[in-house]
Amino acid sequence: MFGPLIAKPGSSKNTKTGAWRIEKRPKFLQKNCIACRLCLLICPEACISGKEKNTFSCDYQYCKGCGSCADICPKQDIEMIKEE
Amino acid sequence: MKKFLEGSRAVAEIIKLCRPGVISAYPITPQTHIVEELASMVANGELDSQFVNVESEHSAASVVLGAVATGVRAYTASSSQGLILMSEVLFNIAGMRLPLVLTCVNRALSAPINIWNDLQDSMAVRDSGWLQFYAEDIQQAADLHLLGYRIAEDANIMLPAMVCMDGYILSHGIETVDIPEIDKVKKFLPDYQALYKLDPQKPLTLGCLADPDYYMETRYALQETLKESLALINKRAQDFNKIFSRNTCGLIEEYKTKDATDVIVALGSVCGTIKDVVDELRAVGQKMGLLKIVVYRPFPAEEIYSALKHVERIAVIDKAISLGGWGPLYTDIKAAFYGKEKTPQISGFIMGLGGRDIKIDSIKTVFKLMKEKPRDAEFIDIKRELLKDKYEDTTYGMPA
Repeated sequence: MFGPLIAKPGSSKNTKTGAWRIEKRPKFLQKNCIACRLCLLICPEACISGKEKNTFSCDYQYCKGCGSCADICPKQDIEMIKEE
Repeated sequence: MKKFLEGSRAVAEIIKLCRPGVISAYPITPQTHIVEELASMVANGELDSQFVNVESEHSAASVVLGAVATGVRAYTASSSQGLILMSEVLFNIAGMRLPLVLTCVNRALSAPINIWNDLQDSMAVRDSGWLQFYAEDIQQAADLHLLGYRIAEDANIMLPAMVCMDGYILSHGIETVDIPEIDKVKKFLPDYQALYKLDPQKPLTLGCLADPDYYMETRYALQETLKESLALINKRAQDFNKIFSRNTCGLIEEYKTKDATDVIVALGSVCGTIKDVVDELRAVGQKMGLLKIVVYRPFPAEEIYSALKHVERIAVIDKAISLGGWGPLYTDIKAAFYGKEKTPQISGFIMGLGGRDIKIDSIKTVFKLMKEKPRDAEFIDIKRELLKDKYEDTTYGMPA
């Protein structure tokens, strides 16, 4: 007899964690970015993308508004703004 | 082919015939000789397997968990503190339904540190969902590994199996052992075909989160599968006996129990000593017997009841104790008889902890005491002179 044993991959794609956001969301200013990728690496939802300087942004369908990207940005180029 | 082998060497030879793709282990006394032997087989090119050296038993168990999850047959072995360090992973291996075989070379648990034999280590993980087999002699220890893989990898079972053999007594003892030919082994144990496996082309998640809506069913499935596996073990044991022409793999072994009034129930190598005492006492007209439990998990309660329902008294020998309670085997035997029509008087004895020798006279004491009155966790061969009611600043007679 077997119980629930195996999960198929891809379930995190179906869970739109953006709905968890309250109060604040990150705004990518794209002014002083040096493309260090720290925001992309620290994002717990892996929803930040970008390659060149001043091209980074996030997918608000998944961004939980945790603020880690704004916190780690060495150039203060990400700002947490009020959710509207 | 019959060979004169140390127990550890015999197990290594059998594991070689089982063809594991990955072996990972951390050395610990008295398991060391098994994995040393396997490591040299791999290094000499006799065994085409990957031997992964690790920094702890927790890692060894994790490596074989990962290996078997990718669909390859794997093997590990440990003892005592090592097995306890593995225990977190052991529960995961069973919960993830991965068919592994592990040799537990039984040794006492600290503290105080002690490298000699008792069964406390494997008893401490008896609730993990693993099948547990206990060997009386080296031949049985070797054979149970073949049975272990065969049962574990069955598509209806998919559970890990632990083969327990008494440290030193079996691991370092030397006996004549029949090491079978590879064609016979392949007939009994074909290559492992995984029902599910980790594959980057077809990704899946094993061991994922199961919230209260799902968890209980996974445990129920383990319990039902273990109970069902009793019938399969019986069937495969018969197949084994047919192919290899010997009778080493049943659920239990009844030794002169048919007309017995008093029977000892025990696990492991102490059964050899008990058989000698049974013979000696029968020669002077006492109807004694032995019931050896080979498969301890799943617990063959019905078979034990059928074998012993006619006897007057049962004595259970435990080389382990659930401290503050009773011997684990004693508790299980009592549970197997509770509420049945005929219940013999059942006594429990704790013996041989930390390598304290179980002598012919120790067994005779058990046969004598079990007839007097029921006892529940009676320690045999205890040196009362070493015990003080209050703390005393002395060495208690231990060498300085």
